[in-house]
Amino acid sequence: MNIVVCVKQVPDTAVERTLRQGDGTLDRETPDGLINELDEYAIEEGLKIAEAHGGEVTILSMGPGKAAESVRKALSMGADKAVHVLDDALAGSDALATSLVLAEALKQTGFDLVILGSESTDARTGVLPAMLAERLGVPQLTLASKVDIDGGAVTVRRVTDDGYAVVTGSLPAVVSVVEKINEPRYPSFKGIMAAKKKPVQTLTLAELGVAADAAGLAGSATTVADFAARPPRAAGVVVKDEGDGGAKVAAFLAERKFI
Amino acid sequence: MAEVLVLAEHTHGGEVKKVTVELLTAARRLGEPSVVWAGPGAEAGRERLAEFGAARVYVADSADFSDYVVAPVAGLLAQLVGKKAPAAVLVAGTAEGKEIAGRLAVKTGSGVLTDAVDVTAADDGAPLAEHANFGGAITAHARATAGTPIIAVRPNAIAAAPAAADAEIVPVEFAASDAAKAARITERVIAEKGERPDLTEAQIVVSGGRGTGSADGFKIIEEFADSLGAAVGASRAVTDAGWYPHQFQVGQTGKTVSPQLYMAVGISGAIQHRAGMQTSKTIIAINKDPEAPIFEIADYAIVGDLFEVVPPLIEEVGKRK
Repeated sequence: MNIVVCVKQVPDTAVERTLRQGDGTLDRETPDGLINELDEYAIEEGLKIAEAHGGEVTILSMGPGKAAESVRKALSMGADKAVHVLDDALAGSDALATSLVLAEALKQTGFDLVILGSESTDARTGVLPAMLAERLGVPQLTLASKVDIDGGAVTVRRVTDDGYAVVTGSLPAVVSVVEKINEPRYPSFKGIMAAKKKPVQTLTLAELGVAADAAGLAGSATTVADFAARPPRAAGVVVKDEGDGGAKVAAFLAERKFI
Repeated sequence: MAEVLVLAEHTHGGEVKKVTVELLTAARRLGEPSVVWAGPGAEAGRERLAEFGAARVYVADSADFSDYVVAPVAGLLAQLVGKKAPAAVLVAGTAEGKEIAGRLAVKTGSGVLTDAVDVTAADDGAPLAEHANFGGAITAHARATAGTPIIAVRPNAIAAAPAAADAEIVPVEFAASDAAKAARITERVIAEKGERPDLTEAQIVVSGGRGTGSADGFKIIEEFADSLGAAVGASRAVTDAGWYPHQFQVGQTGKTVSPQLYMAVGISGAIQHRAGMQTSKTIIAINKDPEAPIFEIADYAIVGDLFEVVPPLIEEVGKRK
């Protein structure tokens, strides 16, 4: 089975993140870049499926040169090879433009199963898996907390607001995974060494047959009009509990008409 | 006046979700709201839609909407966008709502703005979505530059205000394409939910953190939440430890909430957690550690042991009700 896992490098969520003056796009250079956390679950799920059913796992990433670190890490977890879509014209791509580029890349790599995290920690749009399914015309088996493959059928447990739904479709398909679907493995020393020799193919927009103005800021259908740091919340009242803490909170709640 | 499409979130029985009337309130700032109702129950829901300013309700009742994952609903919206050329399409910013928005954006070549905390009309009349980026650290306004602006609005972010209108029922012919029927729902399992409000829609959220110490210790959070009629949330430390189910996690990788009142109990307030709750209107924190970062964003905070502070607090809340 040809499994492609989409991996996005995102700024470390533990540090302060900013938008860039001028175009309001995310500053991806300053903070450390990490694999988007939910994508680690996607990688693990891809590896598990390949181990159970046979097949090859390809990492697909789109991002600046720096994203190569995350691609290499994904390979060190055990993926077989990678495709890195790398082009200056990609900068500032919104979800719609990103989905176009990834869909074209997926047509080139071919796939039986595309797996990705259900959202990224930077933009948090959560729209990409659905966009890919729409563009590729394949079943959308998203928000999965469990994935089962049986021959040519994929069945997932789809997390809903009030529980879950069992959803089934046939391969090829797009699967997005939620947190805690599995326990992502750590790269072993052997895995890290092996990753250095694994093939990473770099593709430009031209090589994907995507016009430069169909991606990046030019190809995006949204723009940031303005932005500003949110004023810090005014410092509140801090009271040490002297045995009357509960009563004091109750008084505050009453004053604010919550009780 | 330009039409604005609002996708209704509703039960089969026709109960309209709160977020839908919030969307209607936002839609009125952009034009004349028309509700899109996919599935049964429109007659029952009509009155509430009228109360919040729906001029009409496009109704397509088909089992396809509940039998297949999101694609049929996106198809219905795309059909209406084609026919009505609306000024914008508003959907609920839930996981599923965002998926519908994404598919609709591809179908119509439109800009999609997700997780808006407010929607206004810009000087030129175009819809402007306000975002609280990186968990509210940055406020940004964004607009669509192509197609029909599609905006997914975060539940509980916009205060619903009534404005009477007709909510005329307009039946719509719709047949889902074969491609839209590729992911079939074979079973739905509703988790035991009890009487508590939805985490993302609740007016009050009481969240517990590492300070609760154990699954057993976390029960005090539930008891406290119930005394206030609040939803229960948990920090990642709690859900990672298995003390409380994962779907109640508030934070960067969990739910984003924006209630009138957020009570962080035994939560230190790491950036991961703050990203999911710092747009709450009022924040109260109870924590042992005077250095806890949660105190930097709390309107009112008690430095103390939650097991000593909360029991008398529950009692006091009970007395004052």
